[in-house]
Amino acid sequence: MHRLTIPEEEYMLSGHTACLGCGATIAMRYVLKALGKRTILSIPACCWAVIPGVYPHRNLEVPLLYTAFEVTGAAISGIREALDVMGKEDVNVVGFAGDGGTADIGLQALSAAAERGHNVFYIMYDNEAYMNTGIQRSGSTPMGAWTTTTPGGKKRMYKWEPKKSVAEIMVAHNIPYVATATIAYPEDMISKLRRAKEMKGPKFIQILSPCPTGWRYPPDKTVEVSRLAVQTNVFPLYEVVNGKYRITIKPKNPKPVKDYLMMQGRFRHLTEEEIARIQKHIDENWKALLKKERCSQED
Amino acid sequence: MKMILTGNESAAWGARLSRPKVVAAYPITPQTSIIETIASFIANGEMDARYIRVESEHSAMAACIAAQNTGVRTFTATSAHGLALMHEMLIWASGARLPIVMSVVNRAMAPPWSVWTDQLDTMAQRDTGWIQIYTENNQEVIDSIIMSYKIGEKHNILLPSMVIEDAFILSHTSEGVDIPEQEKVDEFLGEYDPAFKLDPDEPAGFGSLIMPEGPYMEFRYKMALAMEDARKETGEVVKEFNEIFGRNYSPFVEEYRTEDADAVMVVLGTIGSTAKDVVDNMRGEGYKVGVARVRYFRPFPVEEIRNIARKTNMLGVADRSYSFGPGANLYAETKSSLYGFTDIPVKNYVMGLGGRDITPKILEKVFKDMLLISKKGVVDKEVEWVGLQGDERWS
Ligand SMILES: Cc1ncc(C[n+]2csc(CCOP(=O)(O)OP(=O)(O)O)c2C)c(N)n1
Ligand SMILES: [Mg+2]
Repeated sequence: MHRLTIPEEEYMLSGHTACLGCGATIAMRYVLKALGKRTILSIPACCWAVIPGVYPHRNLEVPLLYTAFEVTGAAISGIREALDVMGKEDVNVVGFAGDGGTADIGLQALSAAAERGHNVFYIMYDNEAYMNTGIQRSGSTPMGAWTTTTPGGKKRMYKWEPKKSVAEIMVAHNIPYVATATIAYPEDMISKLRRAKEMKGPKFIQILSPCPTGWRYPPDKTVEVSRLAVQTNVFPLYEVVNGKYRITIKPKNPKPVKDYLMMQGRFRHLTEEEIARIQKHIDENWKALLKKERCSQED
Repeated sequence: MKMILTGNESAAWGARLSRPKVVAAYPITPQTSIIETIASFIANGEMDARYIRVESEHSAMAACIAAQNTGVRTFTATSAHGLALMHEMLIWASGARLPIVMSVVNRAMAPPWSVWTDQLDTMAQRDTGWIQIYTENNQEVIDSIIMSYKIGEKHNILLPSMVIEDAFILSHTSEGVDIPEQEKVDEFLGEYDPAFKLDPDEPAGFGSLIMPEGPYMEFRYKMALAMEDARKETGEVVKEFNEIFGRNYSPFVEEYRTEDADAVMVVLGTIGSTAKDVVDNMRGEGYKVGVARVRYFRPFPVEEIRNIARKTNMLGVADRSYSFGPGANLYAETKSSLYGFTDIPVKNYVMGLGGRDITPKILEKVFKDMLLISKKGVVDKEVEWVGLQGDERWS
């Protein structure tokens, strides 16, 4: 007999308007399964502002406040305070925003909400570019990627800067819970959401959500791409509970980053040297993370 | 209870008496003492509200929107750059049909930096779907905040309101104010009864994507009807308020000695009190002049302006801001209200920008210019800038 680790309840109905193979849609489904019915969502401008459907249709069975692009941190603060003042402390308040709405235009409001310590969840579904507007670079776009605003061209104008680590920025806010997750590891994601649910204060979870349309891979490969991101150490899965790091999935024999890159059209232009540079960057990040885990666990 | 209060303290009292449950605010001169006063009310247990110390005015409005949509009354305050930063969320608040009330202290926009009074900040927001009321004294500030909750929260209206006061002339000037009794305000406003809210027991979505054939246009049409309802209901609410609290506000335009006037000056805010003083003096000398102080700029008092035009031979419109191209906004609205109803001359006097003093002497000269035009029946120059450096005509 198997123990069911993923709740059976569905709060995301069929009939969404996302692209085939959308990782962000899978992320939402698990988030709602983990948090349950007594949840209020706030969603800014992003793909997920469109995915629930066109008025009057909505594929989510929880209350949903659509807001402007840069205000998720402020909006969840407002909902939380209003609920608390009405005595509805049991309701989960969840900001569900893209990487652009989190790492870039919404960072200010997020930082302020985290610093003020509201009892909220902030989920950054990270598809590593502005997808709603057609694949433009964000601060969360990884090194070497093609986007429509880093189109390569004769000058090889790709996104050469390293991906901004919003999770680390959130750790620096001294909030109770920060974690990374991805859709290929639903049990890991759900256990993180459940742990976060037990905690009071701001909870931040960054969910890598592959996007076949923007990353240029066939839509049936979403889970595979997500899994490879972890197995190559490109996107390590970890949590930081009250400042203590714990890597939740440690690949025994990490695969070469090249395997991950070559699956995706957005990286297909990369030369061997460039791939080597990215590999080095990923290795350094991984080592640094191991050190953080070791140091923060020491007492 | 009588107290000596600044305009900003009056605004804080107006908020306190209306019992908002969430206040989200960010400091900016000359508004700051409103939110400081509210902070101390809350800190001393005199006001029972959550206070969200946001990192920007954009977030202040976003937090008020989210809280109000969750089902509670909210309040915030700002000025100039803060209001401009809010612009996106102002349209959101009205489009979401949330009767938020906000104090706005009129301040000049940079560059160059200036903290003094100037109405460009609120004029630039006139198309955001907010009810806008310009006040003339501290009593009107406190009373208007209370009335704004009452008007905005009616289920056929559901629109947010800006209660506007001039920087320093009101915000930092103390005068005697009659504080309405809390029990009477409670009875007047009643419990906040949201028309809709975010509620896990009745899940609904607010603000989703809509196609051109979906009811976007109908939502906007309903807002237009709501603004017309606000026009109708404001009269009732002001009348009720006058009776309960012993005031005598006229709802949309305060007319001062306009009967038999040869020329009437149309003004907003504190220019009104100076102008009324000048009118008294000039009437003593036999000049037949009057003042029409417009209180509500949104909805704009079209009928009231037409009625005033029927009684007089000339309107001079004093604006404390400018719209580059057509001339200032109060002038443009006044003229468009009159088009086809009368052909009396209307002239725009632009004055007091960046807080430049508008003295009785200046206004007396403006009135005399108006009387001259009234006699001639034609305007010499449609838009006149009054009190520019080196221009001796008005000083
Ligand atoms: C103030 C503002 N600027 C720009 C936009 C246009 N816009 C809408 S969604 C979007 C990109 C969203 O990117 P992200 O947050 O990564 O979410 P995704 O679309 O990738 O899911 C942009 C630029 C906007 N809605 N508001
Ligand atoms: Mg994105």
